[in-house]
Amino acid sequence: MTALARLWKKIRHLGHRVRQLSGDDAYEVYVKHHAAFHQASVDAPPLLSRKEFFKYWQDSQWQGVNRCC
Amino acid sequence: MGKQFKFLLWVAVLGLGLAAVSAIALNRGESISAMWFIAAAACIYAIAYRFYAAWIAASVLTVDATRATPAERLDNGRDFIPTNKWVVFGHHFAAIAGPGPLIGPTLAAQFGYLPGTLWILVGAVLGGAVQDMVTLFFSTRRNARSLGQMARDEIGPIGGAAALIGTFMIMIILIAVLGLVVVNAMKHSPWATSTVAATIPIAMLVGFYMRNFRPGRVLEASLLGVALLLLAVVGGGWIDHQAMLRQWFDHEGLSLAWAIIAYGFAAAVVPVWLLLAPRDYLSTFVKLGTVILLAIAIVILQPQVHMPALTQFTDGSGPIFGGKLFPFVFITIACGAISGFHALIASGTTPKLLANEGDIRMIGYGAMLLESFVAIMAMIAATVLEPGVFFAINSPAGVVGSEAVDAIAKINSWGFAVTVEQMNQLASDMGESSLFARTGGAPSLAVGMASIFGHAFGKSMLAIWYHFAIMFEAIFILTTLDAGTRVGRFMLQDMLGNIWPKMGQTSWMPSVMLTSGLVVAGWGYFLYIGVIDPNGGVNILWPLFGIANQMLAAIALCVATGILVKSGKFKVAWITGLPLVWLLTVTTSAAWQKIFSDDIRVGFFAAANDLAAKLAAGVLPLEKAAVAPKLIFNQQLDAYLTVFLVVLLWVVVLDMLYVLYRYFSKQPLMPLTEVPYQPTRLLDNWVRD
Repeated sequence: MTALARLWKKIRHLGHRVRQLSGDDAYEVYVKHHAAFHQASVDAPPLLSRKEFFKYWQDSQWQGVNRCC
Repeated sequence: MGKQFKFLLWVAVLGLGLAAVSAIALNRGESISAMWFIAAAACIYAIAYRFYAAWIAASVLTVDATRATPAERLDNGRDFIPTNKWVVFGHHFAAIAGPGPLIGPTLAAQFGYLPGTLWILVGAVLGGAVQDMVTLFFSTRRNARSLGQMARDEIGPIGGAAALIGTFMIMIILIAVLGLVVVNAMKHSPWATSTVAATIPIAMLVGFYMRNFRPGRVLEASLLGVALLLLAVVGGGWIDHQAMLRQWFDHEGLSLAWAIIAYGFAAAVVPVWLLLAPRDYLSTFVKLGTVILLAIAIVILQPQVHMPALTQFTDGSGPIFGGKLFPFVFITIACGAISGFHALIASGTTPKLLANEGDIRMIGYGAMLLESFVAIMAMIAATVLEPGVFFAINSPAGVVGSEAVDAIAKINSWGFAVTVEQMNQLASDMGESSLFARTGGAPSLAVGMASIFGHAFGKSMLAIWYHFAIMFEAIFILTTLDAGTRVGRFMLQDMLGNIWPKMGQTSWMPSVMLTSGLVVAGWGYFLYIGVIDPNGGVNILWPLFGIANQMLAAIALCVATGILVKSGKFKVAWITGLPLVWLLTVTTSAAWQKIFSDDIRVGFFAAANDLAAKLAAGVLPLEKAAVAPKLIFNQQLDAYLTVFLVVLLWVVVLDMLYVLYRYFSKQPLMPLTEVPYQPTRLLDNWVRD
């Protein structure tokens, strides 16, 4: 691998982390979770759309103490 | 790396650390390079993290990397999610680091740079970081239970209730003092006011963007918002130069306080996606960005610290707040050294994301070290200012007089050189009309940051840097205000729900209105009194906040010590026991002085009686006589509040000691509520990809 390719990989890795940190990839994580945990079951909850999921997710982020002094 | 090389490396780190600490402790010259502070902090953190924290994790807590965490066992793809450790670290740090570590060190700089710096370093490695780490660990072993639940389960219902009430009171006082800091930063500053006001529509726009326009695209929306914020900083400067427009944003403290109160109520009632959540994204990005920028600027510029190591104000006569070095430096700097509030994040919130117990040291201990480092940077930013300038900005008019000439004469009489021209020049450089008596810490921190940034990245933009720094502080102060009001509302709804179940429904509008109104009225009252107080209010509210926050830390340490002893680890329970004893000493003596001191700048009752006597004798000027009854009532209220907090603290301590007594006399105890061992099924690299 050339130095440039390694650098590019590093940058992409960092970008991935930033997406994780900001919750930008929350929907993808949810879809993965849904596929992994609910695929086989008969009474699986329906897969939410991106918009529905975001509402649900954002509201659940603000239920408890998550900001401090 | 060979063993010998590692050994030599740590000897070198120890040597450099000792040299740096001696340099800052023994320096009596005109100034000292800020690099010594950075070096001392880096070495102390490195040694503490490598040896003390590692020992606690391995030998005291015995973290077990093979044990499944709640995030894994209860994974629901929403709030319980096993997450990469760096991401958890980022979330945890963003949650614990608010405006506290910026304001406390700035205020405590009145004693000189040394006491605050030493307390930030020692307090963090032996107290705050240990508290955060053990709380995170115990909550992780208990299905991510909150501090209040753990206190109830492990110590008893009294401890649980005390933690709940304590949290609620801290919230009220914290929001009031933060509101006051923002008001003082915006007072008669059209630039600052318009920039801070602009953050509201910007946040709403970002909220719409990520909710409706491009759902879930958090990053895009945040980048757009940050760009708009920077534009608002520059735009504020433009508004400041428009004769018409600037009038709209030029206000007295009191009108700004009412605006903040109205805003706080609105923010608590509207849905989170509209204001709170998007504002939080913006503030997190701005916060992380600015902290990194400040660290880079300090390293590039290597500014000189001009404040003496110790000032004469260690005797208790300080202009920013009254009271001697002991105990007041230890309650003025809470966040950055030890902050009870962190225990609320470390329990309940962060454990839901933790993928592996092995990461507890890095997240619990490491994030607190980083916050402590932020506090060190705030200390540097405050002390690079000439001491005369620092005191001119931070001394309230009630102490130095409201005329510039009087203030300068008073500050010169303390032995700190500063002139009226110098202050006027500084104000005009910063794009402000005056920088006298801008109490609360935010303006002086902003001047310090602007001068560091200005020197490192171009001096022509001092005014922009100053208002950028003000925006930076205001945006996450307002986030804390929004989030705190909402949490307070939930807690109140929960409590009232016990009496009348319908009140407990978080979405029932009458309940939302009533509880939000009560919470806002609670902090709004203290904010109002703080604004009309000629001594600036911060000198009353900040110590009260410090006492409340240290009380919560003491409760967290009580819970941790209780659990350690119940787990048969009495011999090592000093890791939380010693910080607990120290906090009890500090908090109790500070509370004692606030209640019983005869010094009217320290004792609440003394101040109330003094003011009442002056009012009765008719020696007060008319405008002071008008507000005096309110101030007298408030001083008495603050005194009773302090009594209440310290009694609450001792009730929890005695409750914990009773648990220990029962343990050692082999009487039945509430069992440990640790969840039994289950092996982790997460492959090491599954979450680390």
